[in-house]
Amino acid sequence: MMLRLQDVTKEFRIGAFGGKSVTAVRSVSFDVVPGEVVSLIGESGSGKSTIGRLILGLNPATSGSITFDGRPARAGKEYYRHVQGIFQDPFSSFNPVFKADRVFTMIKESYYPAVPEPEWAGRVRASLRDVRLNPDQVLGKYPHQLSGGQLQRLLIARALLLDIKLLVADEITSMLDASTRIDVLNLLAELKTRGLGVLYITHDLSLGNYLAERTVVLRKGGVVEMGPTDAVFGDPLHPYTRELLSAVPRLHEEWVDPAPVDSCLYHARGASGGLLEAEPGHFVACAQLESC
Amino acid sequence: MSLQVSELRVHYRTLKGEVRALDGMSFELADGEILGLVGESGCGKSTLGKSLIRMDGRMHHVGGRVVLDGRELPIADDRKMNDFRFREVSLIPQYAMSALNPTRKIRRMVTELLRSRGTTVDAAELERRMNQVGLPREVLDRYPIELSGGMKQRMVMVISTLLDPSLLIADEVTSALDVSTQKAVARALLGFRDSGYVKSMIFVTHDLALTHHIADTIMVMYAGKLAEKASADVIVKAPRHPYTRLLLDSLPEVGVRYAERRLEGIAGSPPSLLDPPKGCRFRDRCPLAGDECAEEPPVVEIAPAHHVACWKA
Ligand SMILES: Nc1ncnc2c1ncn2[C@@H]1O[C@H](COP(=O)(O)OP(=O)(O)OP(=O)(O)O)[C@@H](O)[C@H]1O
Ligand SMILES: Nc1ncnc2c1ncn2[C@@H]1O[C@H](COP(=O)(O)OP(=O)(O)OP(=O)(O)O)[C@@H](O)[C@H]1O
Ligand code: SF4
Ligand SMILES: [Mg+2]
Ligand SMILES: [Mg+2]
Repeated sequence: MMLRLQDVTKEFRIGAFGGKSVTAVRSVSFDVVPGEVVSLIGESGSGKSTIGRLILGLNPATSGSITFDGRPARAGKEYYRHVQGIFQDPFSSFNPVFKADRVFTMIKESYYPAVPEPEWAGRVRASLRDVRLNPDQVLGKYPHQLSGGQLQRLLIARALLLDIKLLVADEITSMLDASTRIDVLNLLAELKTRGLGVLYITHDLSLGNYLAERTVVLRKGGVVEMGPTDAVFGDPLHPYTRELLSAVPRLHEEWVDPAPVDSCLYHARGASGGLLEAEPGHFVACAQLESC
Repeated sequence: MSLQVSELRVHYRTLKGEVRALDGMSFELADGEILGLVGESGCGKSTLGKSLIRMDGRMHHVGGRVVLDGRELPIADDRKMNDFRFREVSLIPQYAMSALNPTRKIRRMVTELLRSRGTTVDAAELERRMNQVGLPREVLDRYPIELSGGMKQRMVMVISTLLDPSLLIADEVTSALDVSTQKAVARALLGFRDSGYVKSMIFVTHDLALTHHIADTIMVMYAGKLAEKASADVIVKAPRHPYTRLLLDSLPEVGVRYAERRLEGIAGSPPSLLDPPKGCRFRDRCPLAGDECAEEPPVVEIAPAHHVACWKA
């Protein structure tokens, strides 16, 4: 087991004096094993990025545990050698004062000081080509001189320069055109066969489906359904999962609103507390969407 | 006729030379029309949006005109454009979520912004519009950091349209949203148009399926130029430009899996805009390329309202 989240909860205090709080993540448990892509889907504000930040140690969890290879996940140079994150908004990862390719130099300085400069330059260029960037077009430019999709790919290229075992990818393909997106996904799929584990946060269900072995569906901070991707997509048990699937824009069809579900599988099977394992490896929460 | 863009050329000055991000774009947008704008990452979509509202220091207007509701937009004159921003043209920038001032609560930010435009907040109207995009009113009392990516995105959307601009440019506004919020926001944008908050809209996106649902027409750009423009249905069902066709082929529909069927992107990469090659810019990657393609293909109206720049269309 590589990454394991057990009963992870995160509360944020909000307001000027921290008087109120929001529960962004609620008792979430799942694993990511080497060579596996797990996609994390759910509505806006459901806690996806928060989970990503917790895994990367950028925020502490309020309760529960997150372990990587058996040890508690803790921010730091050693941890980041194996675990990298790429975030929703690529601009926030760049310092506007410096050229964008400084992100590569920083990796070299911290992790590969002994690698000779020409060899390093070669690795950077190869990594850029892997994400379909033309090195001559992007090296030596400032962040504002690059388009959103170009910056996003620069960050993917940076993560690939490290010998990472786990990548937390938060909406990394959402700003890429369909063709570049497929190239990046195929690249992730290739890395996966070499043992990389990926937590692929996405709202694009067709992309999640294309790539992921397992899917976790999140709503209001809690898991409503999870299991093998073909089970979750092929036989969605939770009304929220069905709603998501019906909202996917399809090229040749109009949107249809899903039929309401009147019975709750969870209660029908007499489950209580936690998720119901409806079939092996396929878990579902109560359809009431509130705790019961 | 609401917007007319003719032969627009906007370049970036860089140490290495001029980046020709918009290299002679012409198109029109009618009252009430929603135009979907798609194209490869880096082809100039955001540059087009920025050109119509605020050029940054390194951008310069090399040629062409932009006419909105019969008046020429002084796009090269930052100060004169002030009369038009928000009121006539409004932009929801790509990564709008990082455009919010982190030190201000949302309510204060809205108030200050409107004050700078010489008006005040109509609280009821503000809340009604927030409701339309699925934001509760409590959001007004939060700081940007306390909102998720998609919540910030929707907030910027509401703010940008408060003064009922004639033209709204929405740059990747739905890219950060989950599908159900996306559907709600897309419908809200249609609602904004139908309620007359905005007259017409340029909807920049990478999501062809989504554009097809909300846009009347779709314009495909390639390397700083127009490749194809037609009604949304025609682009999706009967595209004529090889780039459009390949782009549609690389779309994964729900159900396709890597393990079973590997989709392919378009091989190769777009030309550098620093010194773009002569002739058709898609030539290196085009399966149909022939000798005539060494000459630049003109934009031709091959059927009513269907424009294509390709010798073989
Ligand atoms: N630093 C913070 N302080 C207070 N509240 C926060 C903070 N970060 C996130 N939240 C809240 O936690 C919840 C989950 O946010 P998160 O960013 O994880 O959502 P998300 O699933 O990534 O959404 P999106 O798809 O819109 O990016 C939201 O209600 C948000 O308002
Ligand atoms: N300030 C700048 N200086 C120099 N070149 C720039 C600058 N801003 C953008 N560019 C270049 O201009 C081209 C067009 O960029 P633009 O941001 O318009 O692309 P885009 O179509 O919006 O891409 P994306 O889909 O990735 O957002 C890109 O090749 C980019 O590298
Ligand atoms: S003009 Fe030639 S190279 Fe260009 S798209 Fe058409 S066939 Fe291909
Ligand atoms: Mg997020
Ligand atoms: Mg852009």
